[in-house]
Amino acid sequence: MAYKTIVEDNIDILVAGAGLGGTGAAFEARFWGKDKKIVIAEKANIDRSGAVAQGLYAINCYMGTRFGENNPEDHVRYARIDLMGMVREDLLFDMARHVDSAVHQFEEWGLPLMRNPQTGAYQREGRWQIMIHGESYKPIVAEAAKKSADKVFNRICVTHLLMDEAKEDRVAGAVGFNVRTGDYHVFKSKTVIVGAGGASNIFKPRSVGEGAGRVWYAPWSSGSAYGLMIGAGAKMTQMENRIVLARFKDGYGPVGAYFLHLKTYTQNGVGEEYESKWFPELQEMVGKEYLDVEASHATHRPIPTCLRNHAFIQEVNAGRGPIHMVTMEAFQDPHLEEIGWHNFLGMTVGQAVLWAATDVDPKYENPELTTSEPYVMGSHATGCGAWCSGPEDVSPPEYFWGYNRMTTVEGLFGAGDAVGGTPHAFSSGSFTEGRLAAKAACRYIDDGKAEGIRVSDEQINRRKKEVFKPMEHYKTYRNEITAGSVNPNYINPRQGLDRLQKLMDEYCGGVTVNYMTNEKLLHIGLKKLKTMEEDLEKIAAEDIHELLRAWELKHRHLTSEAVMQHTLFRKETRWPGYYYRGDAMKLDDQNWHVLTVSRRDPETGDYTMEKAPCYHLVGENE
Amino acid sequence: MPTFVYMTRCDGCGHCVDICPSDIMHIDKVTRRAYNIEPNMCWECYSCVKACPHQAIDVRGYADFAPLGHSVRVIRDEEKGVIAWRIKFRNGKKDLNLLAPITTKPWGKAIPQLADASSPSQEMRDSQLLFNEPKYIRLDDGDLHTLESNGLEMKEGVYY
Repeated sequence: MAYKTIVEDNIDILVAGAGLGGTGAAFEARFWGKDKKIVIAEKANIDRSGAVAQGLYAINCYMGTRFGENNPEDHVRYARIDLMGMVREDLLFDMARHVDSAVHQFEEWGLPLMRNPQTGAYQREGRWQIMIHGESYKPIVAEAAKKSADKVFNRICVTHLLMDEAKEDRVAGAVGFNVRTGDYHVFKSKTVIVGAGGASNIFKPRSVGEGAGRVWYAPWSSGSAYGLMIGAGAKMTQMENRIVLARFKDGYGPVGAYFLHLKTYTQNGVGEEYESKWFPELQEMVGKEYLDVEASHATHRPIPTCLRNHAFIQEVNAGRGPIHMVTMEAFQDPHLEEIGWHNFLGMTVGQAVLWAATDVDPKYENPELTTSEPYVMGSHATGCGAWCSGPEDVSPPEYFWGYNRMTTVEGLFGAGDAVGGTPHAFSSGSFTEGRLAAKAACRYIDDGKAEGIRVSDEQINRRKKEVFKPMEHYKTYRNEITAGSVNPNYINPRQGLDRLQKLMDEYCGGVTVNYMTNEKLLHIGLKKLKTMEEDLEKIAAEDIHELLRAWELKHRHLTSEAVMQHTLFRKETRWPGYYYRGDAMKLDDQNWHVLTVSRRDPETGDYTMEKAPCYHLVGENE
Repeated sequence: MPTFVYMTRCDGCGHCVDICPSDIMHIDKVTRRAYNIEPNMCWECYSCVKACPHQAIDVRGYADFAPLGHSVRVIRDEEKGVIAWRIKFRNGKKDLNLLAPITTKPWGKAIPQLADASSPSQEMRDSQLLFNEPKYIRLDDGDLHTLESNGLEMKEGVYY
């Protein structure tokens, strides 16, 4: 293919993916690296990209230390119990102690944060969430990143990380292509901060046909955070910890403000409270440590998200669906009604479209809820991502190798969805992680650790051939058939995505099997993923847009394999309600109170799995 | 559809093509107007709807669950710092007009240029502090939290 090769050389910090994590990284990097060359490579347009593209009506991670509301260790306790004991407490503590400063900056930049007229503090919708008018959240933080960066390359799909040829396991930049011009872009860089997204659409969605894009997490979140890092041989953690969301049916509109601020509640199809009746059985499965109803009442310790899902799923299975959100009481208050609608318009317009289309007025009718298909991500109520170093003053030796948020590949840092074991970061926490990674990356360079990086033309050309192969493949085989999309020599990216979703759904615990899997199913799934890998070598892209979809699929495939391997390795059901291992239904603290860590050999594709200690740095009691 | 473009309003300016996070708004080569090339990868995020200077782009609910006959329209004004929504129900019983702020400052003016900030000292570089901390955290004791400062100590991990 006759596409131009454009080389950007001598970069100090390359930010790959500029959602909330990447923008935080680019912004902060300029402060610690005044003379450094900071470059952003973003798949879409930085003004509207990432999961926050359409806005957010809440900042879900804010301590409120200045108002005396919470301390960082409180947040660690919360996230730990929500994730059934499994978090990287050093990383969480570190994010939590810095996150307020990010939020206070947002307010200075013009983001409208609501205030509680009584207390003067920010308006809370829950202990950790504050309410904002966040339609322009992303354009505002994008401005900050653009002011700090030397160059912003929009519409670059980063496909691979470049590796240093002078030193093993050291990053040297990245390559990708422009999804509009087709140009091949080479970024030679001393460090890379991956701020790319987690994975939607790796499991079959509940929506079908035209509506397939109506998923809870953005359809453009293609697992690139994981695809890039796994491909470079970085160690990953908690990839089995996929998330299922309970949301308004079909539109997947948010429920947080409804539950917490509007004080709505759920009931089953016959108008009963159902959640608590599943708790005794559930307690036998997970133990009282994780589901202590009395303690929850006393301390306001929340019931873990996955366990609430479990009650939802079981109640529907028992034939007492649908589950309704009781909105009719709260919506009689015109102020609360307005907030209910703004909540959608600020972050999930599709839900407002759906209610308008189906004449659901929540003032007179209680809307239905549903559980979503699973997603793989590291910044909502789940902690998938890379195994990263923590900060030096908090981390135990196993969690510390010198530079905050650096992965096991030297010079490669993560933020947001890319960092494993830090759930409940959400937007503000992801931005904060980006800031932390940027400071550490500057330090890494200043310490002379990035000296002597070598990237050969051979590596650059090899990747170029690989990147454009789907288009070559199309050109070669297209004319063997008359017309249409059925070809014996290739599949197109949509066909590939359909296969991946079906496979993951059926063998790895998606919606059609009620989130259930077992060892045998996982082995079959892994075998099918391997054969699919062979077919991905023959994927065909008709144009540059399809080439984008082809690479998104490849990243999703790598992510899926990691999810499957981790789910197989962890022989227990740690998160009932997110997924179930039918052959190991009980939570097994004796053998599995550990973090799972994997590495895929970039040369052979073989996986090595290991357990890592789960340190509890913060005590139980507040 | 979910997004679609009205033939008579679009002039092919490409603002939607520029902004779409999913790379699905493209210009049709024959009509030279924008259209959604891949509805099943559209999130109804309204980025293109808000960016269109002619209100030429609209959204129809996903065909797999949304009946026809509804409308959710939007106008976003960066200069005034507000966004206006109008929601019309299919049955005509509800017609909501909602207004919200999108910023409290003149657009982009309140964001610092960090290249102009004074250089951090070596002490700051060696510390755990980020830009403008601890000022922005406003901790009572003026410093950052550590485990020790919060009366915590590192506990033994749980090993396998």
